Amino acid sequence: MKLDVLYFAWLRERIGLSREVVETDAPDVAALVAELAARSPHHAQAFSDMAAVRVAVDQELASPETPLSDAREIAFFPPMTGG
Amino acid sequence: MGVRVQAEKFDYGAECAAFAAGAAGAGAVVTFAGIVRDDPEAPLSAMEIEHYPGMTERALEAILEQAYARWTLTDALIIHRHGTMVPGEMIMMVATASPHRAEAFAAAEFLMDFLKSRAPFWKREITAQGARWVEAKDHDEAALSRW
Repeated sequence: MKLDVLYFAWLRERIGLSREVVETDAPDVAALVAELAARSPHHAQAFSDMAAVRVAVDQELASPETPLSDAREIAFFPPMTGG
Repeated sequence: MGVRVQAEKFDYGAECAAFAAGAAGAGAVVTFAGIVRDDPEAPLSAMEIEHYPGMTERALEAILEQAYARWTLTDALIIHRHGTMVPGEMIMMVATASPHRAEAFAAAEFLMDFLKSRAPFWKREITAQGARWVEAKDHDEAALSRW
């Protein structure tokens, strides 16, 4: 399947992209992260501490165990600091 | 009145007056504003706020819906800016209207606690020494557990 992968804040800066299209068969978020981390040293560094990374699947907060069936847009970002 | 996510400044006084005028039947209105802190000990040249267009609006609307489900609210409003702001500028505001003062206060605090760590905004502070992403605080996450 084809996924839109989005990066925000320091993940965007470290990876050097705000968005990329990824062809994957990853069943869940954790498997997708493993694939993304292998794409470049920048990706590997951005995903090296997953405790500092949050994920949204189709604009809903998700977790590493969230399945990707029917997903279209996955976003990775640091903990949010609104308000 | 819902959710507004915008780069433009807003007029806090005018927003509060309009909200209160629409809440005459409720009897109690609470408003809160977040401002870029002007701290002489740690001077900022600017604050940049990045967000996730689409998800931001959805997340804020979901938080508003939860507040409506928990308290008797006749109206509620969230305005949150993104982009570059200087110290003293308004970042965001919430307003709640209820027949009961305690509910208006509680709902406003609930909205603030949730939008701090559940709405996709990221703050970056620009100082003379450089730029740094503001880190989420443990107590912001802990604040959610009281609800």
